[in-house]
Amino acid sequence: MREEPDQWGFVLAAYAVAVLGTLLLAAWSWLAMRAAERRREGGRRS
Amino acid sequence: MHAYANPARFLRIARPLTAPLLLGGLLLTALALAWGLFVVPPDRLMGETVRILFVHVPAAWLGMGGWMAIAIASLVELVWRHPLATIAARAAALPGAVFTAICLATGSIWGRPTWGTWWVWDGRLTSMLVLLFLYFGYIALAQALAREGSSTRIAAIFGLVGAVNVPIINRSVVWWNSLHQPPSITLGQSAIDTVFLVPLLVATLGFSLIFGGVVLARMRTLLAEVQAEARLRRRALEAPV
Repeated sequence: MREEPDQWGFVLAAYAVAVLGTLLLAAWSWLAMRAAERRREGGRRS
Repeated sequence: MHAYANPARFLRIARPLTAPLLLGGLLLTALALAWGLFVVPPDRLMGETVRILFVHVPAAWLGMGGWMAIAIASLVELVWRHPLATIAARAAALPGAVFTAICLATGSIWGRPTWGTWWVWDGRLTSMLVLLFLYFGYIALAQALAREGSSTRIAAIFGLVGAVNVPIINRSVVWWNSLHQPPSITLGQSAIDTVFLVPLLVATLGFSLIFGGVVLARMRTLLAEVQAEARLRRRALEAPV
């Protein structure tokens, strides 16, 4: 009976690492892309 | 292949693909993880911890796949001097490193209840850690070369030589004694029950779409930076003294 909650703790920790890592990667890549393309377009206009 | 060497043509393809790949990947991954958490039954031996499979295995495959993408792009750069190959290799490095780190972290979390230890210096874990350090080295080298405007051939050679580690990771559980289980899925064969295999494949597809979307976003970022830099240099040369 003691094993079940312990095992779920490990499962949730692994999912948290994977989900947070993936979300941060996707969000940072998207925002960096938008900022770089805005800088390029700004340079074109000026 | 040279038809896609033109950045304008590449951007025409990449722009409408980036957001759908990221969003589609996020949705598919969310579905697969919910499936893995709430639908899949516990394993007879591993109990509830078997659910870690759905994040650990796709991360491991993408960590290795990321380096293979670097190696292929590096080969294309060295042999055909494809202008976008350097950018593609650099773009694959960051998501490859992140998924390798996720694989190591989730594997360590899985190891504690399964093996009784967070870490062991065996062939599989050590070669995967070496892959993470190779990614760090590649990212630092490629950034330094780009900053100095030097030839990127050294980074391409590093990318090709580093690919030697990928088959070592793959065969490590066969060549050396390891706490890590032997391969459960090989080409055309699987020792995993369908109840686990189907959500695993859906999760792999979801994470792969995210990986693809991130690579396209990184390529667009690097391309925009190169173009902005080139424009600044041109203006500096054209400016009256």
